Amino acid sequence: MEEFLALFEISINHYLILSSIVFVVGICGIFLNRKNVIIILLSIELMLLAVNINMVSFSAFLQDLNGQIFTIFTLTIAAAEAAIGLAIIVVFYRNKGSIEIEDANELKG
Amino acid sequence: MVIYGLFFYAFAALLVISSITLITVRSPVHSVLWLIFAFFNTAGLFVLLDAEFLAMIIVIVYVGAVAVLFLFVVMMLNINIVKLKEGFNKNLPICILIALILLVDIILIVTKSSEAGNIVLSLPVKDFVGLTNTHAIASVLYTRFMPIFIISGLILFVAMISAIILTHRQRQNVRRQMADKQISRSVKQSISIVKVEVGKGVNG
Repeated sequence: MEEFLALFEISINHYLILSSIVFVVGICGIFLNRKNVIIILLSIELMLLAVNINMVSFSAFLQDLNGQIFTIFTLTIAAAEAAIGLAIIVVFYRNKGSIEIEDANELKG
Repeated sequence: MVIYGLFFYAFAALLVISSITLITVRSPVHSVLWLIFAFFNTAGLFVLLDAEFLAMIIVIVYVGAVAVLFLFVVMMLNINIVKLKEGFNKNLPICILIALILLVDIILIVTKSSEAGNIVLSLPVKDFVGLTNTHAIASVLYTRFMPIFIISGLILFVAMISAIILTHRQRQNVRRQMADKQISRSVKQSISIVKVEVGKGVNG
């Protein structure tokens, strides 16, 4: 019973392992969806989310407000990045008629 | 404490499940919907971590703005789903290998690391006792972090300008309203009296 209850004592390690799992899943998304640029952008959002969980958990367990402040700035940059990335995708689709990365091969010289 | 743990495990499991489904599901629209679900679970985790303001920001900014922007673009583009999933199984083994290596690496580092020594806290929460989370964040965000705050506003501004410039397109063959020219027309410019000869039209 004691061991079972100890399972519910959430420490910072739980949050760090959770955020690392989400981060690795985001990396996997970039590996697996080599064709769809939108899912790659979504995977990047997922990785940023994992980093945010990391910073907020450190903020909570160290009792320091810096982590939450930094998370706000990360959110700002993530929003800017999503807007520009989607604009690039729209322009790319307009020119090529697809959103496959393999079609973006005109810079190879 | 048990209830806290139960909520943590529920949110964590749903977050991992939704993120794995996000990268494996077939249609991009479903991917975005799973991303929204992942954001909601993260907001729940933030509430557990006493970061209520960030939880609301995640829901409002991410779900309300970013994810809807994604949804908008996904639905605007006409994408061939079957073709997009080619090469999925080809990359799967090497992906799982790399993911396992990375995950074991991170988990070993997290679990085997020793307690940190004396950490110097620059913004200890005990300085903000009696304030809500939103008050505490606001009291440093607009004072101590003022330069960074302004710079992040500038970054958003630049992002807005670049997105508009990238996607803006001048349409040809569209008649636009030109108020200055329309107002400054005079009678002499617009009407001319033509003597029409008998048996011929105006255009000759």
